[in-house]
Amino acid sequence: MSKTSPATTLDRDEVVRFDELADSFWDPHGPMRPLHRMNPARLTFVRDTLVGRHGGSTASLRPLEDLRILDVGCGPGLVAEPLARMGASVTGVDPSERNIEIARTHAAAMDLAIDYRAGDSGSLVRAGIGSFDAVTCLEVIEHSADPDMLIADLAALLRPGGTLVLSTLNRTAASFLKAILAVEYLLGWLPRGTHSWKRFVTPAECARMMRAFGLRVSDVQGFDYAPARDAFVLSRNRDTNYIMTAIRD
Amino acid sequence: MATSPAPSRFDTLIVGGGLTGLTLAIAIGRLGARVAVIEAQPLEVLASAPYDGRVTAIALGSKRLLEGIGVWPGMADAAEAILDIEVGEPDSLGMVHYDHSEVGDEPLGWIVENRVTRQALIEAASALDTVHVAAPARIDDIERDAGSVELGLTNGERLRGAFLCVCEGRQSATRERLGIGARRWSYDQLGIVCTLAHERPHGGLAVERFFPDGPFAMLPMRGNRSSIVWALETGLARDVTALDDAAFVAEVQDRFGDGLGRLSLEGPRWSYPLQLVWADSYVADRVALVGDAARGIHPIAGQGWNLALRDVAALAEIVADRMRLGLDPGDGTALGDYAAWRRFDGLALVAVTDGINRLFANDLAPLRLARELGLAAVDHTPPARRFFMRHAMGLVGDLPRLMRGEAL
Repeated sequence: MSKTSPATTLDRDEVVRFDELADSFWDPHGPMRPLHRMNPARLTFVRDTLVGRHGGSTASLRPLEDLRILDVGCGPGLVAEPLARMGASVTGVDPSERNIEIARTHAAAMDLAIDYRAGDSGSLVRAGIGSFDAVTCLEVIEHSADPDMLIADLAALLRPGGTLVLSTLNRTAASFLKAILAVEYLLGWLPRGTHSWKRFVTPAECARMMRAFGLRVSDVQGFDYAPARDAFVLSRNRDTNYIMTAIRD
Repeated sequence: MATSPAPSRFDTLIVGGGLTGLTLAIAIGRLGARVAVIEAQPLEVLASAPYDGRVTAIALGSKRLLEGIGVWPGMADAAEAILDIEVGEPDSLGMVHYDHSEVGDEPLGWIVENRVTRQALIEAASALDTVHVAAPARIDDIERDAGSVELGLTNGERLRGAFLCVCEGRQSATRERLGIGARRWSYDQLGIVCTLAHERPHGGLAVERFFPDGPFAMLPMRGNRSSIVWALETGLARDVTALDDAAFVAEVQDRFGDGLGRLSLEGPRWSYPLQLVWADSYVADRVALVGDAARGIHPIAGQGWNLALRDVAALAEIVADRMRLGLDPGDGTALGDYAAWRRFDGLALVAVTDGINRLFANDLAPLRLARELGLAAVDHTPPARRFFMRHAMGLVGDLPRLMRGEAL
């Protein structure tokens, strides 16, 4: 077991785990199926939030035209590709080399131009890349070894007035039962060990960290699973998955 | 309609520029998505009368879809409303009368000549600069990878897209080329189709009669004209099609009676073998089957194109919802959702139309009695009557937005 170095938000074990999952990540019927089913609801939130703040029309096929967006922890591109199709100019960063390799191949097959970089959020800050109109960080912070530093990086990568959208899992009894016991053990929807409940961050903890780095939380929503449609929908129930918007001062 | 050079990547490729393919192209093209249609015939030929003398029954749900995509105004003047439907057996007690005023103000459906519908579709497609038509052209080769499908056409074009919709009808060559199996069932019947003029007005009444040798339908058209759709056992049908025009009309008059006065033939007669075709799957990697290519049903209930348009409305809705979120419209999630949504509806109509045909194509006394009792029961049970009417109007089931009269 390798130890995380103090200068990174990464947990090496997590990176290795995601390296191994990378090949099947894009398969909607593979081990990442729940993420595929959740993606429309996450993207609806991201799109509507960014259109609300920066303009555009949700009926258009390119509502995010002219926005520079960074997706932190982009994996093989499940969020970066839709953002690019919606017209944004997208940078994706992920610590797994394998993920980035697959993301590049996949985007090329889709005729999409996306700037993919292997590394963590800190590597972009150090490289002087930044001033993004929006940063997305979806289902990432629960895998980070240093959530505080991650949020500091996200704030640093945004331009003033820029929008952060972050989603993760709440730390509640419900999230333990649903996200760990049911999803990983009983239903087998995600590989066991995908999540560690102790690492989950509550919306209040998240908001507190954000405030410390000049990010003002403006919206928090939850997700409900609708079994009849096998789909996730945005809801007011934040006891398991939640998604929030914060604006950089 | 954009001409060459074609854009490098389309959001949707459609093979088959018939009624179904063009409707799908317009629905998706109106979203702002780029669509390419590959059609073997020049479009002018498709819209000419000699190409297709048939008529199509358009249910209320289908009319809403055509309104929603701006096509209906181009055909409304030539559409005849069906106000009443009379279904039953001649010389029996069993007769059901469906009256549209029992379920609302809207007609039960409309009868429109296919060439009128094609013309309206071609005009609407031509007005969209997102729709590229490759015609006349056929698919020469198909390559699929994880993210797209690429087609080489006989006219030299190469098209690349997120997915391919097969709208070629029940004898789809592309379905076969892709290795998607299809079960076929020949009804051993020929469908005979023609237009008749009559002395008296039809009053918007559609008549469906079940003779022991096959069903016979008379559908109201504009003016004092009706279209007949007559399914007959193949041997008998050949005898009937061999009759000269006068003898043919006399045979129809004999079956139909003189309720509309003297009948006379208008235009040519057509006949084609009736076959049930049912594809093993609605989808394959980067491929969706739509309309008759997925399953072609018996024309007895006038539901074939309505079923196809429910495919179109469902697929267009999935494509719209996904593309507005930047999601791939042709990946496994999208196609899986489409297949799951359409499977039951298609199966139900195959079973119902097949069942009706078998039930009535039989002259055994007990079956005949059961039919009469069944029809009489429906005729005397308004809720049952209303249910069948709403079903025929395309208003039952998990309806896509376009079929509910909502925007896509």
